[in-house]
Amino acid sequence: MIDLPWDFTAIPRFFPGFYAAALLTLQITFFGILVGLILGLVTGLMRLSKNPLINTPAKAYIWAIRGTPLLLQLMIIYYGLIDLVNIERMPAAIIGLGVHNGAYIAEIFRGAIQSVDRGQREAALSLGMTHVQAMRRIILPQAFKRSVPPLGNQFIIALKDSSLASAIAVRELLLRARQMGSSTLMMLEMLMIVGIYYLIMTSVLNLLMGRIEKRLQVSDYQD
Amino acid sequence: MPMIKIRGLNKWFGKLHVLKDIDMDVSPKEVVVVIGASGSGKSTLLRCVNFLEFAQSGQIYIDGLEANVKSKNLHQVRADVGMVFQHFNLFPHRTVMGNVAEGLTQVKKVPYKEALEQGADLLKKVGLSDKADVYPAMLSGGQKQRVAIARALAMKPKIMLFDEPTSALDPELVGEVLQVMKNLALEGMTMMVVSHEMGFAREVGDRVVYMDEGRIVEEGHPDQIYQNPSHERTKAFLGQIL
Ligand SMILES: Nc1ncnc2c1ncn2[C@@H]1O[C@H](COP(=O)(O)OP(=O)(O)OP(=O)(O)O)[C@@H](O)[C@H]1O
Ligand SMILES: [Mg+2]
Repeated sequence: MIDLPWDFTAIPRFFPGFYAAALLTLQITFFGILVGLILGLVTGLMRLSKNPLINTPAKAYIWAIRGTPLLLQLMIIYYGLIDLVNIERMPAAIIGLGVHNGAYIAEIFRGAIQSVDRGQREAALSLGMTHVQAMRRIILPQAFKRSVPPLGNQFIIALKDSSLASAIAVRELLLRARQMGSSTLMMLEMLMIVGIYYLIMTSVLNLLMGRIEKRLQVSDYQD
Repeated sequence: MPMIKIRGLNKWFGKLHVLKDIDMDVSPKEVVVVIGASGSGKSTLLRCVNFLEFAQSGQIYIDGLEANVKSKNLHQVRADVGMVFQHFNLFPHRTVMGNVAEGLTQVKKVPYKEALEQGADLLKKVGLSDKADVYPAMLSGGQKQRVAIARALAMKPKIMLFDEPTSALDPELVGEVLQVMKNLALEGMTMMVVSHEMGFAREVGDRVVYMDEGRIVEEGHPDQIYQNPSHERTKAFLGQIL
């Protein structure tokens, strides 16, 4: 038998030592997504406006975010804001992930809103609803439902992307693994532990989104 | 005073001249049936009267008041002009009652309980009292269209516009929708109906307007238009559809 240079029995032993880091990962992801959802809804709607004063900033934001690496965005936000307001690493990571996801979520919402039949808006307007009422009462509820599957996808990407916060020294899972790896000289084992954590979290998230999707489907109506 | 007054209406989609110098009056309680070939501008005319489209020139007066793209109260004007669409456009995320009550609670600001009462009356009127809590996806085409009519009527509009309300329906479902429309006509609703249902036009129509390539070519009493059209084009068109 070949003698492997690794000690996989270290995995269960060290596994619990990553709880705190996993919690940080979840926090960055959760709040990052929250910021992303708000930003995404606002810019998604702005992007759809016919007024160039409103849609141009939204387009520029989406263009800039989608055209540069998240790692760079995180660093720009961290080092930029640290000079300005002496920001902590954790809020910087959340803002960075939020601003990044906002651009992608904006496109998800925009696509979902555009996919709602234009007859819906016309029916709402013909009842005498204002454009805002038609959007809020008729179009957005249908659009939200359609954005659940792509949003679930984006949430999983965000969860994995939160590992980039390690680059600004947030002690989330990946950074924790690298630090433990150096101190125990068992780098691969520590990275494997983190891999298991990510798999568990993405699987749970997947399951959750699947549930929500199914709920929305069976609930009372189909399109 | 006409309920709808249209003067010199011209509408282009890009380079396509879709409505050409349309002049038209619809009196209160009058039922006008608009016919014409596909692409002749019938829908566009209706949509201009409801301000879902805006003409580039000309005037439209609803119950004596002019409205156009610059009007600040367009949503109020639209509330006075009910519209029924070929493809129903019911709100799929609302029940039948939810569809009918939507305009009442949101536009008329009627309290919810009262909206439900008014909604129940309207559903009774279109013969769908038993479907109040059902979602539109569960209805037949004819039932959907009747809900759409009830939804529009909830606003107590002065005018009802119908854009081919039965042409997306299976033949056996056309009658139930036409019956609701006939009742409405007999009650004295002012109606503009795009439809090739000759039976309906001859039974309750006061006037038939024939459109061709964006112009009103001929108009007159249904019996005259269908039996004795004066223009060659009208004759040719009627020959095709009858
Ligand atoms: N939003 C639009 N953009 C560009 N062209 C349009 C638009 N709506 C309609 N048209 C064009 O304008 C012309 C008139 O269309 P309209 O829908 O009014 O005809 P119609 O008489 O209702 O025809 P149909 O019997 O097929 O419903 C057609 O050539 C159509 O292709
Ligand atoms: Mg049409």
